[in-house]
Amino acid sequence: MSGLLDGLFNGISIGAVLLLAALGLAIVFGLMGVINMAHGELIMLGAYTTFVVQNIFKPLGAPWSDFYIFFALVAAFIVAALVGVLLERTVVRYLYGRPLETLLATWGVSLILQQFIRSVSPQFVVGVGLFCALYFGAIAIISRRPDFERIRNWAIAIMVPISVAIALTASNVLGQSFKLGFTRPWFGTQGVDVTAPKWLRGGLAIGDSQLPYTRLFIIALTIVCLLGIYWFLNKTNWGLRIRSVTQNRTMSACLGIPTQKVDAITFAIGSGLAGIAGCAVALLGSVSSNTGQAYIVDTFMVVVIGGVGKLIGSIMAAGAIGILSYVIGSNAIGPLFDSMPFVKSIFEFFATASMAKVVVFALIVVFLQFRPAGLFPQKGRTVEA
Amino acid sequence: MSYTKSSAAVESSGAIADPMLDITNLNVYYGESHILRNVDFGVASGKMVCLIGRNGVGKTTMLKTIMGLLAPRTGSIQFRGESIVRKSPDQRARLGIGYVPQGREVIPRLTIKENLLLGLEALPGKGQKKEIPEEIFELFPVLKTMLSRMGGDLSGGQQQQLAIARALMGQPKLLVLDEPTEGIQPSIILEIEAAVKRIIKERGISVLLVEQHLHFVRQADWYYAMQKGGIVASGPTRELSQEIIQEFLAV
Ligand SMILES: Nc1ncnc2c1ncn2[C@@H]1O[C@H](COP(=O)(O)OP(=O)(O)OP(=O)(O)O)[C@@H](O)[C@H]1O
Ligand SMILES: [Mg+2]
Repeated sequence: MSGLLDGLFNGISIGAVLLLAALGLAIVFGLMGVINMAHGELIMLGAYTTFVVQNIFKPLGAPWSDFYIFFALVAAFIVAALVGVLLERTVVRYLYGRPLETLLATWGVSLILQQFIRSVSPQFVVGVGLFCALYFGAIAIISRRPDFERIRNWAIAIMVPISVAIALTASNVLGQSFKLGFTRPWFGTQGVDVTAPKWLRGGLAIGDSQLPYTRLFIIALTIVCLLGIYWFLNKTNWGLRIRSVTQNRTMSACLGIPTQKVDAITFAIGSGLAGIAGCAVALLGSVSSNTGQAYIVDTFMVVVIGGVGKLIGSIMAAGAIGILSYVIGSNAIGPLFDSMPFVKSIFEFFATASMAKVVVFALIVVFLQFRPAGLFPQKGRTVEA
Repeated sequence: MSYTKSSAAVESSGAIADPMLDITNLNVYYGESHILRNVDFGVASGKMVCLIGRNGVGKTTMLKTIMGLLAPRTGSIQFRGESIVRKSPDQRARLGIGYVPQGREVIPRLTIKENLLLGLEALPGKGQKKEIPEEIFELFPVLKTMLSRMGGDLSGGQQQQLAIARALMGQPKLLVLDEPTEGIQPSIILEIEAAVKRIIKERGISVLLVEQHLHFVRQADWYYAMQKGGIVASGPTRELSQEIIQEFLAV
């Protein structure tokens, strides 16, 4: 009995993390149809933001350092949302309706973000900041000239090398004078660890089993996020606009809905949710620049299995995948076949995290043969739109 | 031919004293195919103008260009004295152009109420209370009884009434209707006709109508006839001759 409870709880908590990670994707992919391969890296950014917030709050002492996690949630949401909007405004916007290009471009962005986390250091920040200030400053000044359109290419051709040269020299000079303190990356390639606040350590004892508080916290967080999203989409003006634009973009525009703003807001919310998922991920274990990669495939699975554009589908799918992974990975069924050593050994063979994943993906492939549109396929004539 | 040539139409549209909408020398392409050719067109304030023509001559293309869904290659579009060629569809809607497209384009998985509330998006001031004025239900009583039904579940005629009501929610200064009676039974056509006439009378707005149904066409003050993407005849609708009707209306 307690084994069953354990299995259910662990499965649900794996599912909760998956769902939290997939929720943002369900919005960006499900509602906007954008395949954002950098979604995992937005999760990673959220996790690193949590780490940074923790380090800022640590020296502040008792009451603050205990509740840093709430500030971290807000900060992670904002950071990821801002990066998401930047991504939408500068890349994705130009690729609407071209899924393959979007996939490639956002994959490129995901690589950039990973490398950014590995190599960001004071030197790096000064270099990039200086370049941006010089280049965009110069272009802003030149663009005031009446003949800007004509000299634009020249201006860019001249300003890029000059800005690069100045930024490189300045950051190198600073690097040589301040040495390691200036050039050492903040995070580096090694993982960083977030320690859960005191009140989240330990667990709730029920019978013989122990439900860790962090897991309970994540389940609660997932529920809050779900309710929040449901409320936002169904009860607010922006939610109504988002639903309208998703279903009929041209007509929505003709009604006076600013579709570009709606796109940016939708993307911001999806990305912000990735940031919150990052917070949860950070509580579960060490965070590195590869953290996002570990989640991106699973989250896409959740959205595809659930049926694109249906939140309820994502919830069911995340729960199912979570429980399945746990049950297979922890060899919960094997012992039931004590009398059949062959069957038992098969279950034991798959009882590792990675083999469990293989089985789950195989099951997903089979499932999609029968239900290609997922658990909750969209009905009606908007499907093709 | 007895009807006026396009040069005469230019003069007559140029002679509008107080134009709500003024279009000159409009050329629109789909890729490389030339759809609208040198169109001059106008809608006077407080008047109802009807655009007639056979299937596929470019009427919908014209309305889409007015809404900003298609960009003209040349030509100017002035709305209340302001050029709107460079404005996006949502900006045009907020300037006061209400659009009821061919095929209605009701948002299918939103309720009737939500569809109607979306009409308020065209109003400039945000934050006003989100309610549906009683006037809408007086014009279209069917809608009142099914506010919580999904838009996609309505019949064609009900969807058409919803689409017009939705456009009216934004209190447009120019109401653009693309074949509002297409595929609708006669009794509902009369209802829609009466509603449009009542709106014009009560609100004093302009209406641009694309229509095949003769009775409805006759309600307009002025007509333009289109052929192969060009305006080939125009005049007051009371002078609409049997020949023109034969030639331009699929009756
Ligand atoms: N998306 C499109 N791409 C290419 N050509 C198009 C497109 N839409 C319409 N056309 C062409 O443009 C021409 C004008 O079409 P339009 O829809 O404006 O006709 P219409 O006058 O509204 O006809 P109807 O009375 O049938 O509604 C037609 O010849 C049509 O084939
Ligand atoms: Mg048409």
